[in-house]
Amino acid sequence: MALIVEQLLNGLQLGVTLFLLAAGLTLVFGIMGVINLAHGSLFMIGAFAAALVAQAAGNWWLGLLAGVAAAAAVGIVVELVVLRRLYARDHLDQVLATFGLILFFNQGITMLFGRQPLMVALPAGFQGSVEVWPGIPYPTFRLLILLVGLLVAVGLYLLIQRTRIGMLVRAGATHREMVRALGVDVRLLYTVVFGLGALLAGLAGVMAGPIGNVQVGMGEQILILTFVVVVIGGIGSVRGALVAALLVGVVQTLLSGFVPGWLRQVMPGSEADALGSALSSMGVYVLMAVVLLVRPRGLFPAHA
Amino acid sequence: MQLERRSLLAIPAAICVPLAAPAFAQGAPLKIGMITTLSGPGGYLGQDIRDGFQIALDMEQGRLGGQAIQLMIEDDGFRPPQGKAIAERFLRNERIRLVTGIVFSNILGAVAPDVLDADGIYVSPNAGPSNFAGRECHRNYFVMSWQNDSLHESAGELANRLGYRRMFVLAPNYQAGRDALAGFRRLYRGEVVQEIFTRLDQTDYAAELAQIRAARPEAVFQFHPGGLGIAFLRQYAQAGLLSTIPQVMPAPSMDAGTLAAVGDAADGVNLSSHWNSDFPNAANQAFVAAFRAKHNRTPTFYAQQSFDTAVAIGSTLRQTRGSIDPAAFRTAMLKADFASTRGAFRFNTNQHPVQDWWSLKVERVNGQLALVTKEKILENHGDVFAAQCRI
Repeated sequence: MALIVEQLLNGLQLGVTLFLLAAGLTLVFGIMGVINLAHGSLFMIGAFAAALVAQAAGNWWLGLLAGVAAAAAVGIVVELVVLRRLYARDHLDQVLATFGLILFFNQGITMLFGRQPLMVALPAGFQGSVEVWPGIPYPTFRLLILLVGLLVAVGLYLLIQRTRIGMLVRAGATHREMVRALGVDVRLLYTVVFGLGALLAGLAGVMAGPIGNVQVGMGEQILILTFVVVVIGGIGSVRGALVAALLVGVVQTLLSGFVPGWLRQVMPGSEADALGSALSSMGVYVLMAVVLLVRPRGLFPAHA
Repeated sequence: MQLERRSLLAIPAAICVPLAAPAFAQGAPLKIGMITTLSGPGGYLGQDIRDGFQIALDMEQGRLGGQAIQLMIEDDGFRPPQGKAIAERFLRNERIRLVTGIVFSNILGAVAPDVLDADGIYVSPNAGPSNFAGRECHRNYFVMSWQNDSLHESAGELANRLGYRRMFVLAPNYQAGRDALAGFRRLYRGEVVQEIFTRLDQTDYAAELAQIRAARPEAVFQFHPGGLGIAFLRQYAQAGLLSTIPQVMPAPSMDAGTLAAVGDAADGVNLSSHWNSDFPNAANQAFVAAFRAKHNRTPTFYAQQSFDTAVAIGSTLRQTRGSIDPAAFRTAMLKADFASTRGAFRFNTNQHPVQDWWSLKVERVNGQLALVTKEKILENHGDVFAAQCRI
C-alpha cells in the first residue's frame, strides 16, 4: 500500500512536469498551427538560466525568476525572428526550421557553458523530506513541483476561461479565420501565446533542474513524451493536456514500478525484469494508440 | 544476359579499386578517426576521451611514435545511427583505417563491424561489450580499457569483501547494462533481491527508488555512466536513502565528473576501478599533472583510457614506422610495449586487457572530496569470454 501511494505521487509529479511542457506546446500547435520541435530547447534554456543565476546569487528563487524570464524572452525572440515567417508554410518547413533551432541552441549552450552537466542545489527549506504516509518520507521538493504544477493548471484555467486574452486564445483555437476576420491583432496574439508557452516550458526546466542534470539536450529527452501527451489530450486543448499529462505520468510510473513484479511471479527474475522494463517503456505509446483508436482526435479535441 | 549483367556490375567496382587503396604519401600525417559522444548526458565522457588523447599528442608535439597524426573528431550525438554514418564517411571519403573514441557499447556495436569489414583497425578507449570479446572477437579489434563485465565483477568482489549479503541491482537496458548485471552476479556470492533495468534515456528514478525502499536490501549496486549516474545519485540522496542503504559501484557510476557534480552526497561511497588519479607510477603522475595543467580539472578514467590508447598506438607506430598495415600493426600492438598509467597491463588472447582491479572510496583529502585508492581486489584479471575467442 505504502509503495502504491509513493508510486502514485511519483506519477503525478512526472505528470505535472509534462503538463507544464505540454500546455505551451498544445497552445502553440492548436492556435498557431506550428509544430515547434524547439519547445524542448526552451525547457533547457529555462533550466540553464535558473542554474547559473542560482549558483551566482546563491538563491534558488532568484534562479526561478531568471529561468522563467529567460525562457519567455527567448521564446518571444524566436517567434518574432523565425516562426513568424513560417505560419503560411507547411508543416515540413516548420519542422525543419524548429529542428534547426534545436541544433542552434544545443551548440550555442555547449559553446557558452560546456558539456559538463550543471548542478542546482535544492532551495533552502526544501532539502529534506516529509512523511506523507506512514513509512514513506517523500522529498519536499517533489511536493513543491506537484504544487507548482497544480497552481499553474488553475492559473491557466482562470486565464483561458475568465479573461479577454483567454477568450481570444479559445477563439483562436477553434475559429482561427473568424478571429482574424473580426480584426483582432493575430500577430500580437501569436507572440503572446508563444511567449506564454515558452514561459511554462522554462518553468518546467527550472523545476526539473534540482532533480536531474541541467545539461545540453535535456529538452529532447522529455519532448517525445510531451508530444504523446499533446496527442492524447487533443491538440489545442489545455484541459486535455492536463488530463493526458497526469494519465501518462501515472501510467508510465506505475507500469515501470509494478509490471516486473507481476511478471516475476510467472517467470525467472532477470527475464521478468527485462520484459517488464520493455513493456513499461512501450506502455504510454500503447496508451496513445488505444486512445487514438477510440477517439481519433484525442480526449478533448479543441477543433471539435 | 548473365554475362552482360555481371560486366555491368564490374564497372563501378573497377572504378572504385584505385580509389580504395589507401595512399601513404611520404611524410603525410596519418589520419586517426575519433567517433565519440560529445552531447547529451554522456557528453563529458567523450570530452574526456578527446582531451586524454590530445594530452598524449601534446606530449609528442602532435606525433605518436614519431608519426605525424591528423586526429579527426566527430560527435555521435549518443545515437548509434549517427555513429555509423560518421564511420562510413570516415572510411569512404577520408579513407581512414584507424578508428577509436567510442564511449557507449550500443554505438560501438553499430560502428565496429563497418570498420573491421573495411579492413580497418578499431582500438577501443572505453566500451568493451561481451559480444565482441568472445566468438565475435576480431584480429583488428583491440580494447584498451576493460571488457565490460570485469568492471562489475570487481564490484561484486568488493561487495563480498564489504559483507553485503542482500543486494538490489540496477543498470540501463542496453548491451553494457546487461553485461553489468551479468558481471556483478558472476563474482557476487550473496543474494540479489531484485534486479531492475532502467531506460538509457531516463532522467527521473523516483519509481526505482520507491522499489528499493520497499525491498529493504543491505546495499545497492548500480551502473549508470555519466549524467545518468549523477541524476541517480542525487535523487538517491534526496530521497533520504543514502544514510540507510549504502551503495557499491563500478567505476563508471562515480568518476571524477560525477564526484564534482554530486558533492557531499558521494562522501563514503565504495567503488571498484582499474585506475585512479592517485596511482603513484611515473606514467600516471606525468599524465595527471599534464591534464590538470591544461584543463584545470581531475581527469576521469575515460581520459586515462584514451591517453593509454594513444600511447599504445604510439608505441605500435614506432615499431611499424608509421604503417597501419593490419598484420604489422597487430604484431606490434599485442606486445603492449608501453608504460600504462594503470601499472601492469597485457593483452589477453581476445585482445582485451588483463589487469589488476582496486577498491576506491570517496573521502576528504585536504578538505576536498576525492577518490582514494584502498586495496587490490583482483589480480591479473581477464574475462570469461576469452576462452570462446578463436583468432
